[in-house]
Amino acid sequence: MNIKKNIALSDTGFVFNPSSGDSFSTNPIGMEIIKMLKEGKSNEDIKSHVLKTYMTDEVSFEKDLYDFMNMLTKMNLMDVDQKDETKKN
Amino acid sequence: MKRKKINIAVTGLNAIDSPGPGIPVIRALRESKEYDVRIIGLSYETLEPGIYMHDLVDKTYQIPFPSSGTKSLLTRLGYIHSVEKIDIIIPNFDAELFNFIKLEKTLRDDFGIKMFLPTEDQFESRQKANLEEFGKKHKVKVPHSRMIFSVNEIPSLRNEFSYPLVVKGKFYDASVAYTPEQVATHFNKISAKWGLPIIIQQFVYGSEVNVTAIGDGKGNTIGAVPMRKQYITDKGKAWAGISLDDKKLIDTTKKIIKSTKWRGGMELEMIKTVDGEYYLLEINPRFPAWVYLAVGCGQNHPEALIKLALNGKAVKPYKKYDVGKMFIRYSYDLIVGLNEFEKISTLGEL
Repeated sequence: MNIKKNIALSDTGFVFNPSSGDSFSTNPIGMEIIKMLKEGKSNEDIKSHVLKTYMTDEVSFEKDLYDFMNMLTKMNLMDVDQKDETKKN
Repeated sequence: MKRKKINIAVTGLNAIDSPGPGIPVIRALRESKEYDVRIIGLSYETLEPGIYMHDLVDKTYQIPFPSSGTKSLLTRLGYIHSVEKIDIIIPNFDAELFNFIKLEKTLRDDFGIKMFLPTEDQFESRQKANLEEFGKKHKVKVPHSRMIFSVNEIPSLRNEFSYPLVVKGKFYDASVAYTPEQVATHFNKISAKWGLPIIIQQFVYGSEVNVTAIGDGKGNTIGAVPMRKQYITDKGKAWAGISLDDKKLIDTTKKIIKSTKWRGGMELEMIKTVDGEYYLLEINPRFPAWVYLAVGCGQNHPEALIKLALNGKAVKPYKKYDVGKMFIRYSYDLIVGLNEFEKISTLGEL
């Protein structure tokens, strides 16, 4: 699953879905992940970046990332119809 | 650019909790780049706030209620025209539109007053009672609906509908009912205010999205801006909303305008289901009270209406609008001298 192409993300972590009019706020790490998703980075890319940059372990981060992606899907921010390109990487 | 001076009469000055579109239409016209407008307000009641908004409305005249018929309206408009030299009238209420449509030719031929309204056929075909047929004809999904004329018909609704369902008035008002008893309560309340029939419509789950649009009467969409209500009053009116990027909704609007050859302003009220399907709930045959959001998004629909009414020529359609622009209404207390209230109450003009 990819993040929807038209999702807007501001420098303060404000996320706007122009198709539904919904908006959300995210913290800096959430913002960083959404930014990477928008750049088309895979889950593996995101994981390796976060593990390199922050003090966290792989198992905890994988769980958190899974939860976060689920939350994005529930908030209708992920393109469920689109071919899952991140899995290819 | 020198702006053309023009006198425009506008109804719907009731900027209240269930607002008429008059004030937002006037604000849009005041921001016109092509026209220098003098605004003549046409009011029905003495407490319509627009009457006292002198920065927006230059002069106001009371006009007879729609139930008085076309003859008394024509007489009154004739008098107002003799004083004000009206160029264009923009009616903004569903309930008054029928009379204005009937008078369109007379006003144009006898007084030179122009309007740009839906035709009588267009007006009738989108009536709530005819909407299901409208949907079939123009290939748009519409929730199943039925007219009822008596509370005795309520028990039989179970055979056709599943609860909840929506109980609607002929012109205004809608309430969701979860039981036959609630249908009866809403039936009595709404019919006492707006008369019969009452329209029963299947409730569709989803988020409500609306479009303000304008058609040139030849099938072309001159402008369209979709919006989602973000804050809704207890009367179901938008107190805040945001413009959307929704191609499917714009395409549906263009399809309806093309298919109906819609003439004038309109509002589409639609429900978007979780599956991304759109159901048409209502077509309002005039601009909505949130039409000023379109101006904020870069499309001045009331100005486009003036161009269409004056020129009758091709008007260039708007190609884009700003997404993510919001409107937020607010209440504001006007302080009014009793002499002003006295004038409009006794003389019928202010």
